[in-house]
Amino acid sequence: MVKQNIFHNLFFSRSPILLAGLCVSVVALVFSFLASLNFGAADISVAEVYGAIFQFDGSTEQLIIRTVRLPRSLIALVVGAALAVAGSLMQGITGNPLASPAILGVNAGAAFAVVLATLIGGGNSLDLYAGFALLGAGLTAVLVYGCASLGRGGASPLNLTLVGASFTAFLASITSGILIVSQQTLDQIRFWLAGSVAGRDLDLLLQVLPYLTTGLLLAFALGKQVTLLSLGQDMAKGLGQNTLVIKALAAVCILLLAGGSVAIAGPIGFVGLIVPHITRFLVGTEYRWILPYAAVFGGILLLLADVVARLLLQPQELPVGLVMPLLGAPCFVYLIRAKVKR
Amino acid sequence: MNKTPLTFRPYFLPISFQLDRRFPLAIALLVVLTLGAMIISLGVGEFFMPPLEILQTLLGLNDNGDASFVLLTLRLPRVLVAWLVGMGLAIAGTIIQSLTRNPLAEPGIIGINSGAALAAVSLLIIFPSVSATILPFAAFGGALVVTVLIYLMAWQGGSSPLRLILVGIGFNLVAAALTNLLVTFGNINQVSQALVWLAGSVYGRSWEQAIALLPWLLGGSAAAWLMSKELNGFNLGDDLARGLGISIEIRRALLILTSTALAGASVATAGSISFVGLIAPHIARQWVGNVHQSLLPTAALTGGCLVVVADLVGRILFAPLELPCGIITAILGAPYFLYLLIKKR
Repeated sequence: MVKQNIFHNLFFSRSPILLAGLCVSVVALVFSFLASLNFGAADISVAEVYGAIFQFDGSTEQLIIRTVRLPRSLIALVVGAALAVAGSLMQGITGNPLASPAILGVNAGAAFAVVLATLIGGGNSLDLYAGFALLGAGLTAVLVYGCASLGRGGASPLNLTLVGASFTAFLASITSGILIVSQQTLDQIRFWLAGSVAGRDLDLLLQVLPYLTTGLLLAFALGKQVTLLSLGQDMAKGLGQNTLVIKALAAVCILLLAGGSVAIAGPIGFVGLIVPHITRFLVGTEYRWILPYAAVFGGILLLLADVVARLLLQPQELPVGLVMPLLGAPCFVYLIRAKVKR
Repeated sequence: MNKTPLTFRPYFLPISFQLDRRFPLAIALLVVLTLGAMIISLGVGEFFMPPLEILQTLLGLNDNGDASFVLLTLRLPRVLVAWLVGMGLAIAGTIIQSLTRNPLAEPGIIGINSGAALAAVSLLIIFPSVSATILPFAAFGGALVVTVLIYLMAWQGGSSPLRLILVGIGFNLVAAALTNLLVTFGNINQVSQALVWLAGSVYGRSWEQAIALLPWLLGGSAAAWLMSKELNGFNLGDDLARGLGISIEIRRALLILTSTALAGASVATAGSISFVGLIAPHIARQWVGNVHQSLLPTAALTGGCLVVVADLVGRILFAPLELPCGIITAILGAPYFLYLLIKKR
């Protein structure tokens, strides 16, 4: 087999229309990013936004942009991309249209780990959250998927959602048990628990960025193999693919991406569920294209959802993690009606 | 073992039903277990009472003022509420499992409980001054709205068990997000209080609440028991049920409504006590089989016993600190869920 190079895949092997579409999407992403920088509690002109980036002069407006808005927008962008790619990978390798980080209990697992860490450590640093969130998210995802595979019919949409829901119920119970016993923990943690991209600083992003970048690059490199797997396990095996290795690699990607983004932003649901479907609808079944597109769309979705969350109840700001289910639930119901026939 | 069922055919009524032979034994065992747990539960606490004194006080033979106050005003209503709530959740769970023909479903997982919880938490956080007696109605209203929405959203030229479960889980996530919103922005003191309630607790429940719960439970369980023939039919699958002459859409809607009333009232009184609706029906099924005339009462008593025991364990585990019984049932329930998942394949 010809050794494939990721850049070759991206730029030469497929139709120019898809490439052009990707460029357009990236432009849309840039505009969403600028919108996210521009809108907010303080009224700041577009010129100031431009100035803050290219001609920093230390004025209050430019300081707000640089220290508050820029980190927030960057985090929304990165987290959205990571969650969407994680969701695409999950759906691709399991062939399950409902697979996604939140359904697999990743959010509840990360929340539980972080609450436990806060209780034991007593610290209030976001840095502490990262490692524990990663660990909790990863373990839960693997456990839920593993348990769902044990059920009758394997990791079907029904088994996966049921097992995910009951793990979530279990972990949420213990989490609230801890929060009841220690009100101090509750006060420290409740804003993180809601899932938000606000008030995080760039250091935190930089700390998690290596995980996320590795995850994204590895995911893009797996595109071809995931496409084969998405055609069915038997087909992929028949074409000589070592499905176990590919699945393991994809699982590592998912762990890095989902865990890393929960570590920065707290539990944010539905991005990883919805974006892959939109992407497949537009792009087709080729994961070499689906994955980069999903990254861009995920970024756009979370940036815009965050802007909406900021503007909806001014001057109060909603955490984006609470806005996503409200946007996402109708899509979820639509997906079930469209994809689950019986 | 002789498995011929006991048949009841009263000559003055145009009905007949069969009960499993193991049914009387199961009921007797459950009653003894529950009574034992209740007596221990009544005695344990800062003010310890030996079983004999409890019995004397209950029968009015002991006129010790303090003892009868602690027992009759504080502990007895709490234990009774635990028992009633457990029964309500177990019957609701049995109905949902038979309707969806899925052994892993329960009202908590498919969003009914979270609708009730959302309504009640909004009340606790947004209007803290509101009287506690309104709570059950608000919770039932929330459960009802969510259930109707789930039913409508899952409707596609007919309702399907699979879609009901999946749509329910989706609604569960939304209701949880909204509850979370309230928890994030509410006043910290009310939020702590709401969290205790959310975790499922019978702490500090009074006679008033026990009595408020009673009509819901009686009505709901009577309705469920009267429809046990239909439940037997649903358990065999929609097509067979239709073949047996059951108008399935109407009956399914009625049964879901019954389950909502039972779950809603239970959640209103004690918060979300998870997994009872999942576990109790299974234990009961192992004992008395799949015929709902005997399954429903057995499941109810099993559920009642479970919650009474969970409450007791929650009180003595980290005494003097109390863990809400919902956390105990979750810790017991999750491994059981996995066991079921593996066993059912």
